[in-house]
Amino acid sequence: MNGDSPPESGAAPGPVLSVADLSVGYRVGPGTRTAVRNVSFELAEGQVLALVGESGSGKSTIGHAVLDLLPGNGRLLGGTVSYRGRTISGLPARQLRQLRGRAISLIPQDPTLSLDPIRRVGSQVDDVLRLHTGLDAEARRTKVHELFELVGFHDVERRYRQFPHELSGGMRQRVLIAAAVAAEPDVIIADEPTSGLDATVQAQVLDLIDDLRRRTGTAVVLITHDLGVAADRSDLVGVLRQGRLVELAPTAEFVRSPRDDYSRHLLDSVPARLEFPDRGSGRAPSHGPAAVEVTNLRKHYGDHVAVDGVSFTVEQGETFAVVGESGSGKSTTARILTGLVPATAGRVRLLGTDVGDLSAKAFRPLRGDVQIVFQNPHASFDPRFDVLSVVAEPLRSFQPVRSRHRLRRENRDRVVAALEAASLPASFLHRHPRELSGGQRQRVAIARALVSDPRIVVLDEPVSALDVSVQAQILALLDRLQRERGLTYVLISHDLAVVRAISDHVAVMRHGRIVEQGAVAEVFGTPACDYTADLLGAMSGRQLAIR
Amino acid sequence: MTTLDESPPPVGDTARALPRRTGTAVRRLVRHWSVVLAATVLAVAVLWALAPGWFTGASPTRIDAAQKLLPPSGAHWFGTDRLGRDQFSRVVHGARASLTGSAVAVLVGVTVGSVFGALAGWLGTWVDAVVMRLIDVVLSIPGFLLAITIVVVLGYGVLQAAFAVGITSSATFARLIRAEVLRSRTSQYVEAAVASGARSSTVLVRHVVPNSLVPTLSLVTVQFGIAIIWIASLSFLGLGAQPPSPEWGRLVADGRNYLASSPYLVVCPALTVVAVVLAGNHLARHFAERQER
Repeated sequence: MNGDSPPESGAAPGPVLSVADLSVGYRVGPGTRTAVRNVSFELAEGQVLALVGESGSGKSTIGHAVLDLLPGNGRLLGGTVSYRGRTISGLPARQLRQLRGRAISLIPQDPTLSLDPIRRVGSQVDDVLRLHTGLDAEARRTKVHELFELVGFHDVERRYRQFPHELSGGMRQRVLIAAAVAAEPDVIIADEPTSGLDATVQAQVLDLIDDLRRRTGTAVVLITHDLGVAADRSDLVGVLRQGRLVELAPTAEFVRSPRDDYSRHLLDSVPARLEFPDRGSGRAPSHGPAAVEVTNLRKHYGDHVAVDGVSFTVEQGETFAVVGESGSGKSTTARILTGLVPATAGRVRLLGTDVGDLSAKAFRPLRGDVQIVFQNPHASFDPRFDVLSVVAEPLRSFQPVRSRHRLRRENRDRVVAALEAASLPASFLHRHPRELSGGQRQRVAIARALVSDPRIVVLDEPVSALDVSVQAQILALLDRLQRERGLTYVLISHDLAVVRAISDHVAVMRHGRIVEQGAVAEVFGTPACDYTADLLGAMSGRQLAIR
Repeated sequence: MTTLDESPPPVGDTARALPRRTGTAVRRLVRHWSVVLAATVLAVAVLWALAPGWFTGASPTRIDAAQKLLPPSGAHWFGTDRLGRDQFSRVVHGARASLTGSAVAVLVGVTVGSVFGALAGWLGTWVDAVVMRLIDVVLSIPGFLLAITIVVVLGYGVLQAAFAVGITSSATFARLIRAEVLRSRTSQYVEAAVASGARSSTVLVRHVVPNSLVPTLSLVTVQFGIAIIWIASLSFLGLGAQPPSPEWGRLVADGRNYLASSPYLVVCPALTVVAVVLAGNHLARHFAERQER
């Protein structure tokens, strides 16, 4: 962790890995797009360097260039990569293969794609030992068992014989870590090792990497988009922007006083640092009926109980957050609120109307008042539609077919107004969502949710697919819209920092039940339930929160 | 990694969008010369069908006993048949029957297939079960045999043959469309449409069916080629176009008695069929590959 001195070892001083003036390009059509420009850094034994940056910043490209694992159209444009003083860039493939895995190994990004689905996980780890050690089959098997114990598996022989699909995401990532450390490399390149994992699993995996590093003195290059992870887990931080290393500094110093403007901007965008006035303590009571009133809601899928007796009340004009890890039932709850799936039992009142046992057809009149924003905006747009058609859909839905033509101009004006509310120019009307960036797409999705002037908006992980600085913009937009229009938000999220930034009340869900709920400041400040405390403990970026 | 860049200043991401793709379609076509060739072959065939007069001055039916069974020459590109009719003219004029027939066949196949496939996929439950078993029955009968049976019931003629081929192929279309409907009805944009308040019928007509038809485009092109061959085959057997009207399969049938002495009577129309079908299949593969991207 921070401030730890590297473990004692007899190896010669000097960097284990040094990268000097590295430039990498990708062939795109007739030209070359430079993805990494003149990047230099050095890594001593036992050190952790976090490379952070937003998508397209070139951080993964650096990781792949070090191992010479660039995709077919990638090319080293200049610079050198040295391992213990020996230049390894440009070595013939055979010599590189000897280094990979033994000297420098990779923990790949996606554990689902990186394991062979038709081979037992044990033999996939065994491969590394077979290539890099002289051990016989028996000794290798024992070694794999040891490695599996090292990464925290208990029933190691059973795990050895399992196939990837029998393991959860966190377990698969452990298998990959076992393979990465099998030949006792000096450098591990961890490319987003925890993206896509639940917070508590993420914390376990990162703890594991940390633990291995401390025991063996391995140096780690941690590639991540999550500044919180970088701040918690590294000695050095390198910030990449459009292929350039704009800042390289010791982590503590970086967090305290970043020198580069862009780094400062990134740090200020982290949800843990976002602050919107009078949030979190519960607002003044509103007038009129509660926006959402859920009593003893249950949803069964066959034998599986997705939601198991949930009750909560959302007042008008507030943000009510439902947090939980994958499989906790939070998304199912959101889908019941928007009438996308019927509840098995229990009562749901929206704006004073009982909708618990309404059929999809009977629910329809309410849809003008209850809209939803999905996690992945692009998937929620009809691929044939332009922005105008996408945003106008809620309007058209409530207009009789015959008056469509007459209402076309009026609809267009309302769409423009909604786009402007979401900070998009009217010139976007005839653009196709495919041409837009992730943040712009999410704004289009928000415009669609607003165009019918709803009173309740369900936000299903609205920012989790976005880069951190865009996340901050979208959260600010959502906050402003709520104040201007008196909207009620039901926010579904796994990210406690996001929840803390824009919510008033929060419910923590686990295994289909709400284990704790209350005002955000109370629940996060003095969690009453162990599970909430675990979640908060697993939250990355505590070093960043400076409230 | 995506190439989508977000610029850091607030609202800055509105200013930077990916460049619009205009004009690249033309450039892409030029790069794929074989696609251009295939499209040209098809276009010529279609023009033959629409305006045969532009391509040949000779009448396809004028009998001239003095000019019978001539080999190909400058005056008669494909030679003349046993009654002295210009074979090239007959091939050009035959395009109308062959292509219209195939178009009708594909249209019938897509329409009937879409209705059944969409109903099965959208309604599910017993409708799905009944429709799918019906499709299984149709698919279990050899296709060409089924087409012959239908023609025999309906009577002989190009349109009847086309209808028969269409009905036979509708089972394949129904299956594909049902799968596509199942896929798109669970997609998020359909869910988003439902959540935004769209009626169930609107969702089906506006989102599900159009998005299910796009992937069938490549099958349509393949089916077009198959239909040309089947209709030609039915005509060859005498079940399709009736003499003296020219049709490609009919021409091959007429020419087969002179295969030894005048092979061009069979070869020329047969090669025409092959060229058009190959062109259609090539375009189909091109569409399929573009979809995967």
